[in-house]
Formats: sequence, C-alpha cells, structure tokens
Amino acid sequence: MDAGSPTGGWKRSATAGRLEVLEVTKSFGANRAVDCVSFVAEPGKITGLIGPNGAGKTTLFNAIAGELPIDSGEVRLDGVRIGSLPPYKIFSRGLARTFQIPRPFPGMTVLENVMLVPQGQHGERFWNTWLRPGLVAREERENREKARAIIEFCGLSPVERQLAGAISGGQQKLVELARALMADPKIVLLDEPGAGVNPALLDTIVDRIVELNRRGLTFLIIEHNMDFVMSLCDEIVVMATGKVIAKGTPETVIADPQVLEAYLGGAVA
Amino acid sequence: MSGFAAYLVFFLIVALTYSIVTMGLNLQWGYTGLFNAGVVGFFAIGAYGTAVLVGPDRAQLIGGFALPFPVAVVGGMALAALAALVVGLATLKLREEYLAIATFGIAISIQLVALNFEALTGGVNGLVGLPRPLFTAFGSPGAYNLFYLAVVASVALLVYVALEVAVRSPWGRVLKAVREDETAARSLGKNPAAIRLQVFVLGCTLMGLAGGLYVGFIGYVSPLDFLPILTFQIWAMLIVGGSGNNLGAIVGAVGVWALWTMSGLGVSRLLPVAYQSQGGAIQVIIIGLLIVLTLLFRPRGLIGEAEAVSRHAR
Repeated sequence: MDAGSPTGGWKRSATAGRLEVLEVTKSFGANRAVDCVSFVAEPGKITGLIGPNGAGKTTLFNAIAGELPIDSGEVRLDGVRIGSLPPYKIFSRGLARTFQIPRPFPGMTVLENVMLVPQGQHGERFWNTWLRPGLVAREERENREKARAIIEFCGLSPVERQLAGAISGGQQKLVELARALMADPKIVLLDEPGAGVNPALLDTIVDRIVELNRRGLTFLIIEHNMDFVMSLCDEIVVMATGKVIAKGTPETVIADPQVLEAYLGGAVA
Repeated sequence: MSGFAAYLVFFLIVALTYSIVTMGLNLQWGYTGLFNAGVVGFFAIGAYGTAVLVGPDRAQLIGGFALPFPVAVVGGMALAALAALVVGLATLKLREEYLAIATFGIAISIQLVALNFEALTGGVNGLVGLPRPLFTAFGSPGAYNLFYLAVVASVALLVYVALEVAVRSPWGRVLKAVREDETAARSLGKNPAAIRLQVFVLGCTLMGLAGGLYVGFIGYVSPLDFLPILTFQIWAMLIVGGSGNNLGAIVGAVGVWALWTMSGLGVSRLLPVAYQSQGGAIQVIIIGLLIVLTLLFRPRGLIGEAEAVSRHAR
C-alpha cells in the first residue's frame, strides 16, 4: 500500500481545537501520579508528551479524556471546561483518543469498528429500525461511504472485511486512528502510536499524522521513539514523576539538563 | 388428534414460550454481555402480573381486574419492565459474575414473594381458574391448543423478526461494542451505562411477555413454575442454540426442552417407582452435561453468531 496515496472522497470538516490543561492533579492514594500539570496544546500543532516510564503521561491522558476523574485543576477545549464530563461526552465535544495498548472491538470487522463511531445515528435507537428503516438505511449508506474513505486514507482497505482482532498490532493502531477520525474531532490524543509497530507501518502512521495535521487537526502525542518525536512535534512537554519539568520546541527541550537527568539519571527532585 | 400429535402441540406451545424468554436473554447476554442469572424472576413477574390483571374478582385477593387477555399481558410486560428498571439501576454497575449473583438473588426473592404474599399471589396455591383467552370459542381442548400454538408461534415469530431488524443495525453494533470493550465504546462517544440499562429492561420485558403467554395457556399460576432451575434451563437453551443468534435461541429452546421432556418421560417409564423422585436428578445432570459438552466441543453453539452486525456493512 502506497502510504502517500490520494485520500479518496474524504475531507476533514472540523476546525483545529485548542486544549488547555490547567494545574491538573490526580492522586492514587498517597501517590501523586499527575501533579499540578499545566500546558497548552495549540490549535493546528502537534504537541509531544514525553517522559520516562511512570511519569504520569497515560494517567494524564485518561484524566483529559474523562476516563479518570481529576482531583483538581481544569481541562478546557476551545475555552470550554470538559474536565468533569464523562468520556462519551468529551468525545462528542471533539476530543478523540487512542489507547497505549490498542482496543479494537476484536469480534467486529474493521469496517464495523469504524462505522460504529458517528454520533447521533438514528439507527442507534432501536425503535427507528422498526419505524424509520429508510432513514436508517440511508444514513448507513453515507456512514459506510465515509468509513471506507477513512479506511482507505489509513491504508486499511485490504483488511476492511477482517475482524479487528485478527489484524496486526500496528494495523490495530491505525483502526483506532480511523475510528477517531470518523467523528471529525478537533483534537486527537495518541498514546504511543509507534510502540510495537514495524518500521514500514510506522512510516504510514507518521505520514498520516503529518497529512492530518496539514489539514488542520491538533494532536497531542505520547511517544518514546525520540526520532519520531523530534521530527514530528512542534512543541514538547516533558513529564517526570507526575510533574512537567520542561516545555518548548524540540531543540530547547533536548538541550535542557533537567530532561537529560530525568532520562539518564533517574528521578528528579 | 392422536395422543402423540396432541402432546406435540402441547410441547411446542411451552417450547416456543421459552424461546421468547431465550431471545430476551440472548439480547442481554448474546449481544450485550449482561449476565442475567435471574431470568425466572422476570418471567414470574410477567406471569403473576398477567394473572392478577386478567383474573376474576375474588374476596380474599388483591387484584382481579378481569381485563381482556392482551391488555393483561401488556400490563404484565410493563410490570416486568418496571422491575427490570429498578433492578437494573441498582445492579448494572456490577460486572459479570457479580451481576449474576445479584440477579440470581433477586429472582429467588421474587419467587419467595410469590410464595408468601398470599393476598396478591395466592401463596403456595397460586392463582387458579384464570380465564383462557377465547377458550369457549373452540369445541375441544385439542382445537383450542392448536389455536394457542398459532398464537404463541405468531408472537415468537414477531419477536424474532423485530429483534433481527433491531440488532442488524447501528443499534446492534453499539450493543456488540459495549459487550466487547466498554472502555473503548465509552471513548468513542457511546454511553454504555444507558445502553446496558435499556437492553436489560427490553430483554426482561420479553421474559414478562412469555410469562403472560404461559399463564394464558395453562390457566393458573403457581410459584412452583418459577424455580431457579428454569433460569438454568433457559441458559442451556441459549448456549446450546448459539449465543448471539436469535434463530439459535429458538432452536436451542425447542431442542433443550425436547431433551428435558423426553428424559423426564424416560425416567418415569424406565425407573422403578421407588427411585422416581431421585430420578428427576438425571434430567438436571443431562442438561448440565449438554452445556459442558457444547462449551467444550462447539462453544459457538449449534448456530453461531454472524460476524458483521449491521446488514448495511456487508
């Protein structure tokens, strides 16, 4: 599959979102997994979130996405507070996320995984399947067209009919990306999109992220692969032991002695 | 009608009634992954609800509204739905085996209420002498049973078609997503808690419908018809037939009920009188064995689940 292939009929139709994280704290017992973290993911930019294992990056992701209630602080999307909403409402506000370990619906086909996503489908109410079958069928046709276009964009057309549990881990990460795109999000949070992915597929993933960003989608990405981060990200936020220890462009961050210490010398104070 | 044909009609009425219960459970477990181990409780509520609404006025008893049978059945369904709503709100935060234990306990409680709330349920005697719909319009019990079989078969077919249309759609896709990965479904804008509650209520409403049909057929209601073994049998029907497939639920219901009645017949014919009461255990053993063998050798059941949920995603 040619990763740079044209994108079919699919056009992104949402604006870029601005995500503000303001003094967010999340503790598990005495352990402050996320400790007064503040940063901004600017609209239309790719912000990288890096840090050693246990820094609290995924916990922060879960807090932003509503999967974990935050103890204090605020999360805002385009100036609107989303910090206290459940995950499904945060998603409908335009914030989509993927998981560190992919969570496809394994017993559903790739196509069905993607077609699940659109919000407010009339066919999601069982009585409409009896009372308004024409409307449901029409929506499903449009839904399928869009899903196919996005699947093609993500290079998944060859496995469209396969069960999502039966494709490779890297392809599952692309399924998660495709699902996220299906809702026309304003911002996408990717948790280690490159982890455990073979180099060829990683190129596809990077290429798709760049292309989506070019079309105005904001990204916040957790990643350990430093080549990936340095080449892709406009801004980088570095976390260690729950705190933000550095922020800035890739060049300034990599030159920061605190960052080097966190990665090479263990925990910082 | 010959004795065998008459018996076959009787058998099919009961089996198809149970197939409606099994389709309700299939919606909950097969499609959405809700472990309802209190099936018999909601079947009982539908049955008693219908009985109280359809029954003649009696001095010692609450109820006796003498409503037309279809209205009474709808009332029984509404009561089952209401009970499911209350139970669902209280228990659906529980997962798998915890939900199973909670619903199992609730079904036992419902049966104990039926046994002891004499003013409403007639206690251990149950409610007898209930009118059977249109019974007087038929000349013989045999003809009436044929009519009732047609009614039950039509209702089962209607339920089957309605469920098939509903699950082969975006709705069915959401149910399956909730079953497969609730966290992922939540992260994609679906509200699993609301979906679980909706499906629980809908499935239990079907169980209530079956309860009403059962009462209309036998003309009385007794707490002995609502023992926990029935939940176990319904589960066997679903597992053997094929969880996640409505046709499988019907096939499983007829097949397992056939095995149950035939093994009962075998026990009563072949065992010496002295061992008859112990012999009943053989039936339970056979059903248990059938479940184990199905899970070992054909875990998807006789008819398995179809892969693509929505017929629009073919």
